[in-house]
Amino acid sequence: MGKRNAMGAALAGLNRLAGAAVLDRLGLRKTVERGVYQATKAGFTAAGAVSRTFAGVANSGAADRPRAVPDPGLFDLTPTDEQAMIKSTVAEFAVERLRPRAAEANETCTTPDEVLRTAGELGVTLVGIPESLGGLGNERSTVTNVLIAEAMAHGDMGQAVACLAPSAVSTALVLWGDSAQQATYLPAFVGDNIPAAALAVQEPTVLFDPFSLSTKAYRTSGGFALTGVKAMVPRAATAELFVVAADVDGRGPALFIVESGSAGLSVESDPGMGLRAAGMGRLRLDRVNVPSSALLEGPYEDCIRLARLGWCALALGTSQAVLDYVIPYVNNRVAFGEPISHRQGVAFKVADIGTELEGMRLVTYRAAARAEQGKPFAREVALARKLCGDQGMHIGDDGVQLLGGHGFVKEHPVERWYRDLRAVAFAEGTILV
Amino acid sequence: MINLEVPAKFARLVAQAHQAAAEFFRPNSRKYDESEHTYPRELDLLAALLDGLSASGGGAGTSGVRRGSTSDSTANRNGANLRLLLGTIEMCWGDVGLLLSMPRQGLGNAAIASVANDEQLARYRGKWAAMAITEPDTGSDSAAIRTTATPDGDHYVLNGEKIFVTAGARADCVVVWATLDRSLGKSAIKSFVVDRDTPGFDLVRLEKKLGIRASDTAHFRLTNVRVHRDNLLGSPEVTTGFAGAMQTFDNTRPLVAAMAIGLARAALEETRRLLTTANIPIDYDRPPHTQPTPAADFLTMEADWESAHLLALQAAWMADNHQPNSLQASMAKSKAGRTATEITLRCLALTGALGYSETSLLEKWSRDAKILDIFEGTQQIQQLIIARRLLNKTSAQLK
Repeated sequence: MGKRNAMGAALAGLNRLAGAAVLDRLGLRKTVERGVYQATKAGFTAAGAVSRTFAGVANSGAADRPRAVPDPGLFDLTPTDEQAMIKSTVAEFAVERLRPRAAEANETCTTPDEVLRTAGELGVTLVGIPESLGGLGNERSTVTNVLIAEAMAHGDMGQAVACLAPSAVSTALVLWGDSAQQATYLPAFVGDNIPAAALAVQEPTVLFDPFSLSTKAYRTSGGFALTGVKAMVPRAATAELFVVAADVDGRGPALFIVESGSAGLSVESDPGMGLRAAGMGRLRLDRVNVPSSALLEGPYEDCIRLARLGWCALALGTSQAVLDYVIPYVNNRVAFGEPISHRQGVAFKVADIGTELEGMRLVTYRAAARAEQGKPFAREVALARKLCGDQGMHIGDDGVQLLGGHGFVKEHPVERWYRDLRAVAFAEGTILV
Repeated sequence: MINLEVPAKFARLVAQAHQAAAEFFRPNSRKYDESEHTYPRELDLLAALLDGLSASGGGAGTSGVRRGSTSDSTANRNGANLRLLLGTIEMCWGDVGLLLSMPRQGLGNAAIASVANDEQLARYRGKWAAMAITEPDTGSDSAAIRTTATPDGDHYVLNGEKIFVTAGARADCVVVWATLDRSLGKSAIKSFVVDRDTPGFDLVRLEKKLGIRASDTAHFRLTNVRVHRDNLLGSPEVTTGFAGAMQTFDNTRPLVAAMAIGLARAALEETRRLLTTANIPIDYDRPPHTQPTPAADFLTMEADWESAHLLALQAAWMADNHQPNSLQASMAKSKAGRTATEITLRCLALTGALGYSETSLLEKWSRDAKILDIFEGTQQIQQLIIARRLLNKTSAQLK
């Protein structure tokens, strides 16, 4: 854009004036003011939430981890009875609790406490925690977690992210925490009052690469000092515990446990185009001191892969929601004397949504099954992420297009899915499966 | 329990098929692309080997698409359909045109295996059967075929013209689709096994093609061809039948998807090798947008390939487990057909003059790929089938 000249300056001024006049003439001043007030209310800049006391426990031998699932030896697309049961329970929760409140949760940028509590009662967090640590899962549960995230996102992706955010932290502790870290933090996640918690990897940088982080962890005499900014952190305002990805001098990226009350830690609201119900915010770390015991010793790349897989699972659920919504719409909508679904231009789009979604599902399931069986899964996750990121976005796009102008207005949920599905291609961290 | 790995019990079969593709097909790929209509002699030996495999284990070859009676057991099965699909993928990694020229592995064999009665099955064992549906004026709309079959005592008399008959000139017999009464629509369409040397069954010409030139594509004229009624596949009643004939496609479409998957994998492997020589590694962890464009392109192609691959495995697995799979078979064919064409053409963009040259097989694969989005139901026919299923529409509503 060229520099503003005198004419440009005059036009800009006129525009401001005209805008103001229009507001008054239409009596919209009050509405606009109310909008500004609402945005401020939803917005915040604050120190981190006051966290409960996580009583430190000394290292007491080997950490407890779920075993790898044995290789069943045959190609199989049938979930276990247990998985089918969990899936249908979560699906019911999604249809009864998440979908009816999705529009409001989007507006207010929050997931209702009652929804979060019910999700906790469903035991979605317990599935990944071994029995010895108070959970339900003695085997890795990547496929089950994928089925849970998929079923939840069929209701609403934003609220699903909010509900699943604490599981990301507990799963990280289960997979990579030592016995002291597990004993200190996991009891809270198997209790009645599961803390808000978040896995913070993403940063507000262009061409973000989770293997090349701007957030730094510098070694200090007692541990590390963390400095940097994390973005798209779910439930940022209320999270009591964070697992933060930071680059350690000379060692590359690693994960750190950071309590929300730490000095130098602050959060601010950062609502985005979609996923608004997740209460996304930025996490600022300004020389936040953590002890050396805050370092999670684990393969960092596995964390990135399992999070990407989680986003694939979310894309499956929301893409299915799009398909389920457009089918009755195009069958009922009449144009030129017959349902628009009788036209190939419409019908073929529906066919392609169906085909691509089925492919996304199989590619995601394959990666998940390999992960839980302890097989290499980097390639499979990369392909699932590429496919779900690209095709998920297309499905959101086609969903709105098939509804035409009705897809563009908030009377229908499709515009929200369009916004939510865009995140799948680039989101890092946040949930773990 | 959800697991999408190829079972270990098929590892030997896959390895054998791969060896055959590498040692018999690849070395002859260019030769038979250049000398179209020359019979690939080398395949006789390979076919004998495959017959042996088929006799010992069953299920190798297109006859493996026959479905067993419904099993009482609800136990998960990985059987003949999956095995055949995996074998086809490996062979087409070698050469699609040569696979289509494999003696006794024609689509007619798949049709016989799918719908023949036990007597017919026994009679045609060991025969090479081609398939004749398309006519000069009728392609996708197979219900509109004009070739007629008129009853005459114990025989039917066939008249008409058939084109695009794969391996038609080489096969022992051809499964010909004809109508008993054009006014009765598709339920009057029946398929007949016609021996190649039956009087009046004349070869008009062999087509010259864009790709799969190792495979012969025949044009036949049928003039008063007398076929015994025992050669009619399925029920002779006009009230039933077309659905039965179409059922063949549920079995063969995943196989055409398998061809596309094998061919596309060959192109991806060769392109990856060439990219590596240009110092472009493919990184599965770093985001595509931080990698060189060719690497990001490669990831996109491989992701589509993975999707097509698993869709085909799903369709075959469902057939093995006696689940209706029309929808999934069409999804596999739709995704694999368009993906193979996109991948091979895009690989040429990445490899430039190197891949475009006849010194590389990449240009050949790009030509071969296109037919896989056309035969056994074009891309658009697959989309129609998928859309009708998803939208719950009849062919009268969604045309």
